[in-house]
Amino acid sequence: MTHTTENYKELSKSKLFWILFSSTFTLSAFTFGGGYVIVPLMRKTFVEKLKWIDDKEMIDIIAIAQSAPGPMAINTSIHVGYKIAKIPGALVTVLGSVLPPLITLTLISYIYDLIKDNEGVKTLFFGMSIGVAIVILDAVITMAKTVFKTKNILLYLIGIVSFVAIYFLKINIVAIIIGSALIGVASLYLKKGDSKK
Amino acid sequence: MIYLQLLWSFIQIGLYSFGGGYAALPFIQQQVVNIRGWLTLTEFADVITISQMTPGPISINAASFVGRRVGGLLGSIVATFGNVLPSLVIILILAAIFDRYRSLKVMDGILHGLRPAVVALIASAGLSILFLTLFGSEKTAQSLADISFYAVILFAIGFIVLRRKRINPILIIVGSGLITLIFYFLGFNF
Repeated sequence: MTHTTENYKELSKSKLFWILFSSTFTLSAFTFGGGYVIVPLMRKTFVEKLKWIDDKEMIDIIAIAQSAPGPMAINTSIHVGYKIAKIPGALVTVLGSVLPPLITLTLISYIYDLIKDNEGVKTLFFGMSIGVAIVILDAVITMAKTVFKTKNILLYLIGIVSFVAIYFLKINIVAIIIGSALIGVASLYLKKGDSKK
Repeated sequence: MIYLQLLWSFIQIGLYSFGGGYAALPFIQQQVVNIRGWLTLTEFADVITISQMTPGPISINAASFVGRRVGGLLGSIVATFGNVLPSLVIILILAAIFDRYRSLKVMDGILHGLRPAVVALIASAGLSILFLTLFGSEKTAQSLADISFYAVILFAIGFIVLRRKRINPILIIVGSGLITLIFYFLGFNF
């Protein structure tokens, strides 16, 4: 494919949507390992190869994707689609990104129902779930190091209180998310007040 | 009405899971295991395991898997649609605001407070899966007999290997599965 930034506005709508769909579909289908793998690849396709978006716009797109709820890869592809072809573009790219996992997991769910009571399969899944626990806790430690390296007591407090609230007190996690978001906003404005003195 | 339940549950999962990747775990667990009872904790752990080896984000994978099991093919589509709907609406709004103001100061504040909470929530979901494998239950062991010493040892070794060597996590997961399978065929009782 040889498309450049100058000509995507001259492409026919159907051609443009097809390229958006096939690019996001391929990226989503062949990328294992979540947002932090797929987003750089998306940059490679849309910034380096197609030249439809420049690097600065891509950085803004990634920043906004991280600020919003939902998976990074989905958020990024929605925004890329919107940037290039407004709301119809966003609908096309989200469809392209969602179809591969939708098809894969739907098929797997049928197979899972057939084999899940097999002793060998159960054992395999038991073993793999130990691996999953390792990978998740490793990710938690890595994330915690990044978040808590600022030595901000407020952040430690939010972390500890949230953990106790969800794990021991079984408080609804939506309340925890909203509460900590409000504290974050409040602290930002209080800090601003400090710097004015 | 199962479709409305799927739609609403996965809209909430999509709406509240800030932080990407594992951030959706605690919300999927709350909705799918605790509130709706669509999956047992063991099945939930299996879905996470499958998700690590297939393309796509965990929440989309969970939506497709759970939706299909609860409501067939249409259920799969409805749950997945619900899961991406908040992203679609919020990203389009943020994109429009950002194009106009070029800055999202309030978002900075929200994320500042959310990050430590998100880490705590993921830690909690991770611990449920860990204790499920080590003790066969979500919380702590009822007695010493409940503890799978095999799982404790494999966990400790795998954890050290991953922290030290930074190898591909999929290798850790598949490796743990295969080693366990070998012990099983050797007649080892976990």
